[in-house]
Amino acid sequence: MTTPVPVGPIPTPEFEVELGRGRVRFVLARLRLMWRSFRSGWGIFMESRMGRLSLFTIVAFALMAAAHPILMAFVWDPATYDPVTGYSFDQVEQPAPPSWKHPLGTDPLGRDVLSQLLYSTRSEFVLGITAALVTVGIATFVGAVAAYYGRLLDAFFMRLADLIIALPAISLLIVLSALFHLNLFYLALIIGVLGGFGGTAIILKSQALSIKVKPFIEAARVAGGGDFHIIFVHIIPHLLPLALLYMMFTVTSAIFAEAVLSFLGLLDLRMSWGIMIHTANTGGYLLGGTRYWWLIVPAGASITLLCSAFYLAGRALDEVVNPRLRRRND
Amino acid sequence: MESVSNTPEAPNARTPGSEASDGEPLVAVHGLTKLFPVGAGPFRKPSSFIHAVDDVSFQLGHGESLGLVGESGCGKTTVGKLLVKLLEPTDGEIVFRFADDSVAPAADDPWDSAAIRGRLLRSFRRRVQMIFQDPYESMNPRRTIYDIISEPLSVQGMGDVQYRVDRVLEILTLVGLAPAGAFLFRHPHELSGGQRQRIAIARALVIRPSFVVADEPTSMLDVSSRTGVMSLMQDLATELGVAYLYVTHDLAVARYMCHRIAVMYLGKVVELAETEELLRNPLHPYTKALLSAVPVADPGRRRQVPDIRGDLATPIDPPSRCRFYERCPAATERCLNHPHPPIEEKTPGHLVACYEV
Repeated sequence: MTTPVPVGPIPTPEFEVELGRGRVRFVLARLRLMWRSFRSGWGIFMESRMGRLSLFTIVAFALMAAAHPILMAFVWDPATYDPVTGYSFDQVEQPAPPSWKHPLGTDPLGRDVLSQLLYSTRSEFVLGITAALVTVGIATFVGAVAAYYGRLLDAFFMRLADLIIALPAISLLIVLSALFHLNLFYLALIIGVLGGFGGTAIILKSQALSIKVKPFIEAARVAGGGDFHIIFVHIIPHLLPLALLYMMFTVTSAIFAEAVLSFLGLLDLRMSWGIMIHTANTGGYLLGGTRYWWLIVPAGASITLLCSAFYLAGRALDEVVNPRLRRRND
Repeated sequence: MESVSNTPEAPNARTPGSEASDGEPLVAVHGLTKLFPVGAGPFRKPSSFIHAVDDVSFQLGHGESLGLVGESGCGKTTVGKLLVKLLEPTDGEIVFRFADDSVAPAADDPWDSAAIRGRLLRSFRRRVQMIFQDPYESMNPRRTIYDIISEPLSVQGMGDVQYRVDRVLEILTLVGLAPAGAFLFRHPHELSGGQRQRIAIARALVIRPSFVVADEPTSMLDVSSRTGVMSLMQDLATELGVAYLYVTHDLAVARYMCHRIAVMYLGKVVELAETEELLRNPLHPYTKALLSAVPVADPGRRRQVPDIRGDLATPIDPPSRCRFYERCPAATERCLNHPHPPIEEKTPGHLVACYEV
């Protein structure tokens, strides 16, 4: 019996095709699928108290960040309320305690504290999210590549990670900010690179190792997939949930690092929560205890709240990503 | 367990054979050896080697199916992985001769497995596919059925989306998943074991390979869906002209599916013959023992106790004598003092590796 491998399409019986013909319907079906999995994850996230609380806090801060330009354009007089150059002439002495005109008082230089607080929120978000994206981008790639190729590449990246973990991050940042002119973007980049090649890379690599040995990787290779295909189509999608989780933790550490550096006066920023505390400190008002609370509490509480909100969001996401942590309902 | 006697006669509608123009086999394996180092480190030489596959030779004709039977750890899966180039052999050669040579190298040119890399490897992957043992782990749980089945097409850059959708729908219908459209955007975990195994078969066959290594394709299924999958694979083989290498530990499955059966023991092929010949007239003591271990659905029948002692010996640096010596009821002085017997043709088409036959 001669059986040449058939070349043309083989005849198939008639069947109902649920899927519409054509690219658009095809893409729509895929989008619907993504939406469905997003919805189920969202449900788990919102079920946890940590998730709801963190989301509420983050949204509140985001609204604060959005409110500042609107207030400056329509409500506040820039000469009085500008977070850096404003001066409140109608106060007898600076810093002035909270009043109707200045809900959070003024700082030692006569500037409105609320305006400073709102103005800084935006840069905290920009800093945190940029640093997180850089970290996770690098860590995911490094982790996947180190796990997939193993051997020398793995050894190199893992020793590099050990080195970075061994370095005290804040001290390193102090040295770097003394040597270079650090603005918000460079700070985010440095924090991101340190995190990306550091601990996060090790965690994502160990996850990638457990994916690499799954039979579907072999199946992909038999299908004809090359290294690039296997890393980007099969390994990295499995790392993304964990990467998202570590993004949240990186936001926390980035905001915290910025606050420390600003407090030490090492950053070239117009205004930030750290600088607000720095201003109070240089005027000697930190020693006044609770008497000048409005100089310290708003910025300090904001740092604490936003950092813990992102941390809690990470913990709640952990439950979405990691089914073993979920509370059982049965 | 199904028994040999309970299995329906294999529907040998198609005859095995070498249909290539020059009568050359599709796959010719010579002296295939795979050693896995033990205790090796970056600066340390391996202390010993696991002889997973040791000097194995066989041939497989176009459209033929060969069963590779043996107990766990005898190296049958390793042979399968060597054939699909998931592993590289330590020694020996594998030569493929594909009937349709629309892709380079030109017609009748043998493909030496060791030389297949780069672009050649891609076209090799179009010809040779594998069905994996575990239908649960061999599919990426994040991808849809469409993604999984169309993967060979998309990584090979075959056709556009419309073409791939058509091919996937076609093969889904062919493996008996209907309506095919309803399966495209399911995830593997939404399907049953039997359905998943059909998906695995569909994935292997969607690019119309000439040769498929099936690594225990039915071992994870319950008996009811097993028969369905087996007859499906039979039908597809007839329809698409695929040659199979069945890796299995189940003689009943091998009997149903294969034209010829090779029995492996500790990395060696100890007996190779036509299916019915092997089952009716086993020559090697290990094959005899294997056959007598198959349960028979007859409570009155007195079972002939196989005279096999001990456990599977270790494949780590085995001594130079017959691999089966320790357990063999027919072992003699000669078996102890001579290296593992070469595989020889005792009767036409019936190869055995034993001094005492």
